[in-house]
Amino acid sequence: MSGFLSLLKRDLTLAVREGAALGTALGFYLVVVAMLPLGLGPDLKLLSRIAPGILWIALLLAALLSLPRLLEADHEDGSLEVMATAPLPLELAVAAKALAHWISTGIPLALAAPVLGLMLNLDIALAPALIATMLAGTPAISFLGSIGAALTLKARRGGLLIALLVLPLYIPTLIFGISALGFAGLGQDGFAASFLILSAISVASVAAAPIAAAAALRLQMS
Amino acid sequence: MLLHADTLSVARGPRTVLSDVSFTAKAGEALLVVGPNGAGKTTLIRTIAGFIAPAAGSITLKGDDGDRDITEQCHYVGHLTGVKANLSAAENLAFWATYLDGGDGSAIRDRVDEALLHFGLSALADYPAGLMSAGQKRRLGLARLSVATRPVWLLDEPTVSLDAASTELLSGLIRRHLAGGGLVIAATHLPLGLEDPAYLRLGRTAGHAAPEAKP
Repeated sequence: MSGFLSLLKRDLTLAVREGAALGTALGFYLVVVAMLPLGLGPDLKLLSRIAPGILWIALLLAALLSLPRLLEADHEDGSLEVMATAPLPLELAVAAKALAHWISTGIPLALAAPVLGLMLNLDIALAPALIATMLAGTPAISFLGSIGAALTLKARRGGLLIALLVLPLYIPTLIFGISALGFAGLGQDGFAASFLILSAISVASVAAAPIAAAAALRLQMS
Repeated sequence: MLLHADTLSVARGPRTVLSDVSFTAKAGEALLVVGPNGAGKTTLIRTIAGFIAPAAGSITLKGDDGDRDITEQCHYVGHLTGVKANLSAAENLAFWATYLDGGDGSAIRDRVDEALLHFGLSALADYPAGLMSAGQKRRLGLARLSVATRPVWLLDEPTVSLDAASTELLSGLIRRHLAGGGLVIAATHLPLGLEDPAYLRLGRTAGHAAPEAKP
């Protein structure tokens, strides 16, 4: 367990010191959300209706932007090979790295969402539900993303390939994240059901994705 | 302890890089893998480390604690240093010490301090590794060998970008490891200042390469 925690601590330290990844993701999130009203026109009713969808899709794209670095840095400097010789299984090493990605990217993006929602005339009363669904949904983004990051490790310009590989995997998260917000917005029952399915998708990703990602990594290393 | 490879064949893509390579490495004795570029030295080291599955043949480690495979009992030092540019020298080593070996904070700090001292990096302990020279980074990567205890050392061209004094430090470390009953397999072009090491010659026709005496 000390290996898992030390890797998590190292990756978080590096995320803080390098800083660029989070800055880029947050900046991208802001720009995409800020540009959509310009494209759609100042129809406040329309904007507030489609705000949850825009916030979710922009969040997926912003998180995607930082995924290639998830494993690439450790591959480039040889750390991955040394990690493969450690007592900690590669599956748990990938899990620690994905968890660090969620803490350093997923959580800040989720917390920024209500602020950006203001630009889309999103009802401020929805902010708690928005943060809750995004916090519950973003682990799936980091963990499923680790599969894409592992598969494209040696591909030149793997960023676009990652998007093609993992965006389809994000569809369930997107559907239930938005439907939970839809129910919350209309004040109907059904928020709990969507929210629980959203959480279940994340839990399943946390459990299964590291196994797939570690298998892909072993393949890449040979 | 005995590491034995039996009629090992390794293919990389369509090409068979190693065919029928057999050797035995004994505890306390260094085995130097030599051969021209492209002879398969790196492939052999990576196969022993368990990163590449051999097409045929087997590698066995005798006299170890049977539960763990070779991968978990070896130090692998490849062409890349495994050093993080945005961590200081001490942080880099402390991470590897914890990650590879575990232990409590103060014991790890002692091991890290000792390793930095041995490789003459004490003055750079709090210096970001990204600002170090290639040779200093290399030394930092090699210092990993002494912060975690592993019986088998697999070194792939460990002397690249090291100066003469640093090479001497490395061979001192290797001699100490061998004296303690460790096992070293190194791909190298230099004799590493070791007394009477065994040699494994790989050639392009890598036919029946076996340990033989130094010419």
